[in-house]
Amino acid sequence: MAEGKKEQVREVVLESGIPVKPRYGPEDLQGFDYACDLGDPGEYPYTRGIHPLMYRYRPWTMRQYLGFGTPRESNERFRYLISIGQNALNVAFDLPSQMGLDSDDPLAEGEVGRVGMAVDSLRDMEEAFDRIPLGEISTSLTINAPAAVMMAMYLAVAEKQGLPRARVAGTAQNDILKEYIGRGAWVYDIDPSIRMIGDTIEFCAREAPRYNPVSVCGYHIRESGATPAQEIGYAYCIAMAYIDDTLARGLTIDEVAPRFTFNFNIYGNLWEQVAKFRAARRLWARLMRDHYGAREPRSMWMRMIAGGGGSGLTIREPENNLIRGAYYALASALGGAQTMALCCYDEGYTIPSAKASKLSLRTMQILAEEMGLSDTVDPLAGSYYIETLTSQMEEKIREAMREVERWGGIVKAVAEGLIQRKVSIQAYQEQRALKAGQVVKVGVNKYVDPTEQEPDILLYEFDPKLAEGQIARLNEVRRTRHWEEVRRCLEGLRQQARGQQNLMPAIIDAVRAYATLGEITAVFKDTFGEFREPVAL
Amino acid sequence: MAPGSPADRPVRVLVAKPGLDGHDKGAKVVARALRDAGMEVIYSGLHQTVEQVVNAALQEAVDVIGLSILSGAHLTLCQKLRRALDAADLRDVIVVVGGVIPGKDAERLKALGIDGVFPGGADLQAIAEFIHGAVAARRAREAG
Repeated sequence: MAEGKKEQVREVVLESGIPVKPRYGPEDLQGFDYACDLGDPGEYPYTRGIHPLMYRYRPWTMRQYLGFGTPRESNERFRYLISIGQNALNVAFDLPSQMGLDSDDPLAEGEVGRVGMAVDSLRDMEEAFDRIPLGEISTSLTINAPAAVMMAMYLAVAEKQGLPRARVAGTAQNDILKEYIGRGAWVYDIDPSIRMIGDTIEFCAREAPRYNPVSVCGYHIRESGATPAQEIGYAYCIAMAYIDDTLARGLTIDEVAPRFTFNFNIYGNLWEQVAKFRAARRLWARLMRDHYGAREPRSMWMRMIAGGGGSGLTIREPENNLIRGAYYALASALGGAQTMALCCYDEGYTIPSAKASKLSLRTMQILAEEMGLSDTVDPLAGSYYIETLTSQMEEKIREAMREVERWGGIVKAVAEGLIQRKVSIQAYQEQRALKAGQVVKVGVNKYVDPTEQEPDILLYEFDPKLAEGQIARLNEVRRTRHWEEVRRCLEGLRQQARGQQNLMPAIIDAVRAYATLGEITAVFKDTFGEFREPVAL
Repeated sequence: MAPGSPADRPVRVLVAKPGLDGHDKGAKVVARALRDAGMEVIYSGLHQTVEQVVNAALQEAVDVIGLSILSGAHLTLCQKLRRALDAADLRDVIVVVGGVIPGKDAERLKALGIDGVFPGGADLQAIAEFIHGAVAARRAREAG
């Protein structure tokens, strides 16, 4: 480079709106205070991790998202993944189950067992977890509108295995507010939905202390078009709405806050994601301590599953997704996630094959066991760039939360479709940036291979007879249960839904009597009313 | 040419989410792209039955229905839609489908009478061009 000639560098701005300099140095960290901004791992504000030893003590939990067809088919795949080292489950339900419909509902036609496992009654949950010791394997149920019912079924199965509910470990996704924003599996109106979530939190705080009743998902909001900073900011607004509901019942913040877990996304710029997770941990600790007055360290721990990455993956040249997935896993590990799940490389096409699920699991295992990611806690701490970015991300997250406040709070913003509109416009802008080549996807809009062939993907063969089998089993349950008992339980549920009582005990009674998911949901639909989507582009 | 339907009037499109699938990012992105391409776009919202889609198409007098289906239920839903459109005397409405659609199903969908199939990753401009072309061809037929 000729002396005096000004270097031409391309401009870099992260998705969250933070400009990146070509280099960072000590001048960027003036005023940086180790004790205040970082703290030791396991110490407030937990920027470096919620545990003192993190992966040195135990690598992250590996929890691939899985479920398809009938409970029996899913059970076989669950046991296969456990046999090759997966140490937790993450159950996918089919759409009728996610919407609280029985498999023989007319609206379920063509959808039974397609994108997840079909569950109609406790009988299905018994089969799904057959020969899986629930005392050793923790399970995450990816279920939202009917989460209280599925949680009740899970606790009932555990009980049948001889495990008292006080010892059951697991998580339910149970985050309805993000469903209105991003994933669309909503049923009831907003307020009663928040009440039901409050019921599960209260119930677990009192009776199932090892069960995490909620996993608040920035994940799907990000998938819908949010920036990484908005992902965290909106999720925190949602979590605080649930917390406020439970505090209004007379619970204390230290009873409630430790019950919360989070689910965040890992695609995008590596450094931005790492800084996002570190900033998110610090901000959550500060919010819990300063805004809510929490005193217990556990209340200030932001525990998370960081995974997925679906929107970062591509349909073209799907094998490249294996490589992307490995880097996403790296971001998750450098960010200090407790649990990880990776999208499979073939998910743009199909329900993942056993081979694809195994490759995702191997990606995480190789990272944890071969590459040194479990050796030392928060290895990027002190980096001029990462610490600067972490502070900038915290500010951007706070900015997103302030915008929600200006909208009148998260419930209003969701009810009026304001967040939906914002992220949807951003998603469109992202597509245009891809088309214009401003955002690069290798093999898609850069270095495109002119000789590319149809990819060699093993497609999941959906068996239409499977729905018939599921419906036959459902009818068998209906024939063999005690209808009088079911009717009594459903009537009790209806009475309680009209009042203020916690619904969990009545739901547990109903599922034990083999009331079906559709029957229970129908009672709640009647009582609570259904959500009216604010349809606007 | 039929009175009241000049060949250059804007193309009207119903972007619909039939079935239980709640993933609407793609549907909304396509809806915005079609609007930017000069079309009048109506978006149905989530969880629509086939009957609701057909009623909306009838009421809004659309030229095109664009379905977005990511759940794998596309064959069932498209077959139902084709039958319902025929029954409602809406045979001429152009139907395009997007979502998670495996290559082999694209052929089956076309055999069911679906005019265009645009799986995930499809180019937005290509979708708009296809629709403009298909509507122009249909209007020319009607005029002729």
